[in-house]
Amino acid sequence: MGFFIEAFLGGLMAGMLYSLVALGFVLIYKASGVFNFAQGAMVLFAALAMARFSEWIPAWLGLENKFLGNLIAFVLAGAVMFVLAWLIERLVLRHLVNQEGVTLLMATLGITYFLDGLGQTIFGSDIYQIDVGMPKDPLFLFENTFDGGVLVNLEDVYAACIAALLVAVLSLFFQKTSTGRALRAVADDHQAAQSIGIPLNRIWVIVWFVAGLTALVAGVIWGSKLGVQFSLTTVALRALPVIILGGLTSVPGAIIGGLIIGVGEKLSEVYLGPYVGGGIEIWFAYMVALVFLLFRPQGLFGEKIIDRV
Amino acid sequence: MFYRENGQFKTSYRADQQIFAIAQDRWAILALIAFAFIGVPFLVDEYMYRAILIPFLILALAAIGVNILVGYCGQISLGSGAFMAVGAYAAYNTYIRIDGMPLIVALLSGGFFATLVGMFFGIPSLRVKGLYLAVATLAAQFFCDWAFLRVGWFTNNTSSGSVSVSNLQVLGWTINTPVEKYLFCLGFLVVFALLAKNLVRSAIGREWMAIRDMDVAAAVIGIRPMYAKLSAFAVSSFIIGVAGGLWGFVHLGSWEPAAFSIDRSFQLLFMVIIGGMGSIMGSFFGAAFIVVLPIFLNQVLPVIGHMLGMEISTAFVSHAEFMIFGALIVWFLIVEPHGLAKLWSIGKQKLRLWPFPH
Repeated sequence: MGFFIEAFLGGLMAGMLYSLVALGFVLIYKASGVFNFAQGAMVLFAALAMARFSEWIPAWLGLENKFLGNLIAFVLAGAVMFVLAWLIERLVLRHLVNQEGVTLLMATLGITYFLDGLGQTIFGSDIYQIDVGMPKDPLFLFENTFDGGVLVNLEDVYAACIAALLVAVLSLFFQKTSTGRALRAVADDHQAAQSIGIPLNRIWVIVWFVAGLTALVAGVIWGSKLGVQFSLTTVALRALPVIILGGLTSVPGAIIGGLIIGVGEKLSEVYLGPYVGGGIEIWFAYMVALVFLLFRPQGLFGEKIIDRV
Repeated sequence: MFYRENGQFKTSYRADQQIFAIAQDRWAILALIAFAFIGVPFLVDEYMYRAILIPFLILALAAIGVNILVGYCGQISLGSGAFMAVGAYAAYNTYIRIDGMPLIVALLSGGFFATLVGMFFGIPSLRVKGLYLAVATLAAQFFCDWAFLRVGWFTNNTSSGSVSVSNLQVLGWTINTPVEKYLFCLGFLVVFALLAKNLVRSAIGREWMAIRDMDVAAAVIGIRPMYAKLSAFAVSSFIIGVAGGLWGFVHLGSWEPAAFSIDRSFQLLFMVIIGGMGSIMGSFFGAAFIVVLPIFLNQVLPVIGHMLGMEISTAFVSHAEFMIFGALIVWFLIVEPHGLAKLWSIGKQKLRLWPFPH
């Protein structure tokens, strides 16, 4: 039983990170109808920027304080993500207004490749560490109830708290600010939003920037756990079933979907894996999503798709 | 002046419906095919075969398959690499498990099993479309990657996980040298390209295009979406499967699942985008472009770097390749969504009117 809870909790923690990446997808899809395949590349790019800045900046400025160095690096990496968002709007999206979703999807595939190459050219392609000072000690809970207790990584708990905080801030931003209202208006109907004077281009920059920020947070958490390297892009591929499950347009869907997928992956790997040779977690999530699609094509919380001629 | 249809009168429906309506086109294509079969073997050295020509032929075949699904039927697929893998491994299994299995039948059986798998993973397309479907086809990719790596039966329980075939023979003709491999692939490509071209011109091809352009409207005018979509998946994965078999048997000789990873799927999709969606001709252009570009960059970038006084590392070349691919895809989508094939047909159109552009 203790082992089950341990696996379950581990799944929840992993799922939280999937949710963070999935959140970036959902934000962009909600506000512009673009299925942003480049989210994974953005996570890698942001994490690389953060890792290298936190290495370079103390060296340049002669800073001793690690917290300050990390803070400046984080802000700089955020600035880089803003420039990136602006460039993407300027160079790509602006020219693809009113194109079909599939075309936009393929354009983001192009962006993915470009960012992968660019990030590694600028920041190098080795494995880097991000050290934001998250505690790494394991924690044992319920030692009296179960034999050996339940092992919980304190790092994971912090990561989950940060993720939860980010989600809370984002939903406040969407619900309470005027920019958030404009974003929701654009999501509902591009043309109607434009006709009442909402600047579409600026909204897109904002939305891509917010997605870039969530990518940065996800990248920092992931990078400090496992190191920053090229394989981080596969995180995006693991977040895809999450949004399918949760629905493309739903923020709570991304979170609950992430948790379900995280737990499902872990439990399937632990309890099913040994019988079929292991390593099944990556396709298991996809199969769950696939089966799910057959019964509810719009996902758990997605809007019903209505086709009109 | 010399390229126009003036004076070429058609007196039968048959003549009116030829693939190449203009006589000059017909002769040019026939000459090109003849040259590819007869002329090329005299001109080209071994490196060209291995590095460019054979990969080009096989990937062009696969690109035709992807184009049928993505370009003609509008069902975006990121699982083409998986269907190639299914073709390769199924062909391998039928080839080694059945005594005296002819090579061509083995390759076609690879296509057959790829068809089954393709149709299975095409079932979600009946319920979902576009973006959701892209994710659904990724499931095929990851599942196949895993299955061919972990399930020993597929690889005949080799300890290394890689499989190999040797002694390829067709009716007593041993396929050994690069020239023979080239001719073998070329034969496949010509036959399949012709079949595919005729298929997309036929009623079923028009159904696919109707589904692509607007599936609800197509359903309203009496096209069965299920039949059209699944047949597109079937035909496309058959061709991709055969291409996968050729890739494993003829090009690689021995291979492991990594040869058909998700990168291969993306590569095939890029061929279709850059070459031209919904165009058989475009598949050839896209394949040529994507096969040649990395080799070109590998040769040219160090030279440019040298002229500027910089040392270009191989790592930088591979990163630059990524960036150039990415930028090209975006550029093509913005400037010419129909790809190189469209540029080609614009060129032909202009040539028809030349020198009087009215």
